[in-house]
Amino acid sequence: MKRDTATKIITANDLLSGEVVYLSTSGKWSIRHSDAILFEDKKAANTRLTEVQAQDTSIIGPCLAGATLADNQTPMPVHFREVFRSKGPSNRFLGKQTYAA
Amino acid sequence: MYNYTTFDKDFVATRAAQFRDQVQRRINGSLTEDEFRPLRLMNGLYMLLHAYMLRVAIPYGTLNGTQMRALADVADRWDKGYAHFSTRQNIQFHWPKLQDVPDILESLAKVDMHAIQTSGSCIRSVTSDHFAGAAADEYEDPRPTAEFVRQWSTDHPEFAFLPRKFKIAVTGSARDRAVIKLHDIGLTLVRNAAGAPGYEVSVGGGLGRTPMIGKVIRDFLPRADLLPYLEAILQVYNQIGRRDNKYKARIKITVHEHGIEEIRNRVEESFSLQRMRFDGVDQDIFARIEADFAEPIYKQASIEGYEIARQSDPLFRSFTDTNLHPHKNADYTIVTVSLKAHGATPGDASSAQMRVLADIAERWSHDELRVSHEQNIILPHVHKGDLPAVHAALRSAGLATANIGLISDLIACPGMDYCDLATARSINIAQGIATRFDELKLEHDIGHLKLKISGCINACGHHHVGHIGILGLEKSGVESYQITLGGDGTETASIGKIIGPGFSTDEIIPAIERLIMAYLDLRLDASETFLTVFRRLGPQPFKTALYTNEVKNHAA
Ligand code: SF4
Repeated sequence: MKRDTATKIITANDLLSGEVVYLSTSGKWSIRHSDAILFEDKKAANTRLTEVQAQDTSIIGPCLAGATLADNQTPMPVHFREVFRSKGPSNRFLGKQTYAA
Repeated sequence: MYNYTTFDKDFVATRAAQFRDQVQRRINGSLTEDEFRPLRLMNGLYMLLHAYMLRVAIPYGTLNGTQMRALADVADRWDKGYAHFSTRQNIQFHWPKLQDVPDILESLAKVDMHAIQTSGSCIRSVTSDHFAGAAADEYEDPRPTAEFVRQWSTDHPEFAFLPRKFKIAVTGSARDRAVIKLHDIGLTLVRNAAGAPGYEVSVGGGLGRTPMIGKVIRDFLPRADLLPYLEAILQVYNQIGRRDNKYKARIKITVHEHGIEEIRNRVEESFSLQRMRFDGVDQDIFARIEADFAEPIYKQASIEGYEIARQSDPLFRSFTDTNLHPHKNADYTIVTVSLKAHGATPGDASSAQMRVLADIAERWSHDELRVSHEQNIILPHVHKGDLPAVHAALRSAGLATANIGLISDLIACPGMDYCDLATARSINIAQGIATRFDELKLEHDIGHLKLKISGCINACGHHHVGHIGILGLEKSGVESYQITLGGDGTETASIGKIIGPGFSTDEIIPAIERLIMAYLDLRLDASETFLTVFRRLGPQPFKTALYTNEVKNHAA
């Protein structure tokens, strides 16, 4: 498995629920990785990240994470940590994995 | 147990109310996350991988039925119906919402509980022997000292911003069940030649990135000198402990870099000044605390039912063979309730199980429960005549697993299933090992074995002191597991040694199986434990079993 990629998404945790969220194409935060906006390069992603860090008080710890486009053109996590973040714990059926696709 | 005074109750309730205000200000935007973070950490609220985590203090692992029930209520009302007992004798809720935390803390304050100093660079919740006040092998109850240290260290103004977190553990038994030697300060209750009470004080122990065994800084400290001496150690650490590098900021590094002699001299110098500030009020407080820890009023009853049940019920016999420890009262016993049913998450209990434990404690254990650092629950005072009833009640709640001290009674930190610092998962490995050895029906044959798993180098799963330790790492973008052997967290403490290259998720359980099979071949007889064999023969035969056979298997 790859560790990282040049293409990035922006992710954070929601201030109230703590849930993992992704900056989506609409500019809002989505709880689904598949909604994430994919930045072609790190520079563009960083510029947007700086804006988010300065403006958004509804989230905690925004950061970049590597992602690639799947065959169906939706962004997929690359590192296994991001895979867990996008699903929930593997020892209990809780978190995002419980939501209908 | 310690009884909260009106002062204690007010203090805890006030802190909960203050936090409510802080949370409101965070939510309405008056506080930024940078401003809020230290405030939430002071109240045990972390941000983990999928959600917030609230760590509630269970000082020296002691709680009563009402408190356990209140924790179960929190799990049901504000979390997902379960909670996790940690290797620090505390409890963690893994799914609270920020806006609910003030209500949770308020509900806990009503039963004399809180989350203060379960996080941050301060003196953390004090830990102790989970059999304290009950074990036959104990010569003195460590709980009054633990409570005394807790009160002294709570909101201590001078030690609120230490270089890093600071952990103190206390024991009063020659059998160290509190990992004393791996704490920043370890206190062992001792008596001097004249019979006067005091402490052997060790300093600079710790796990994590640089594991170190604590060194004795004072072999006898008179009891009355405890607080000034602790102040002296903390002052020296606060002044010369490194703040430039978080990994070098623990006192173990200070002791290592300066040497125990220099630290001792500095501490003694500071102590001679500190001592003058203490005029005996502390000793009055100690005496008051001590009175709260009087022995329970033991009941006089027949233990015949116990013997009869052992003869007639094989499950009961197996449970009582494995999960009991001798009590100081011969008619009583200490019951360890395993939170490690084969394949379960170590340390997790459902709210229903927590309520059953509360009921059992109230009815049959003088209303006392303990949390062990090994992530089990202890019923410290059970009359042997009540054991069949206790066992039946535990069985009905899925809490009667007879595996204490065996390979499936393993420690595992939450790892990457929850923890944001993790480099790999640990729970899945724990589940896999327990399930595999249950299938093999070998664990009673294997006997006493401590297996401990951490999901990163911070070592919350104490892997360095496992007879077998497993450390989850990342290697080339996948989870990889490194094995250490020969660790020991007891009075014969030693740090485990890395045995060789790591194993993938798929390889690690077969690797542990090869290791155990090698041990079974190598031991002289069933009484020779894994650790003893390792100490007798060294790593080589285990290395061979781990790596040579693996190559063979791959070639086959
Ligand atoms: S050892 Fe690492 S992964 Fe495990 S709980 Fe501690 S910090 Fe998290």
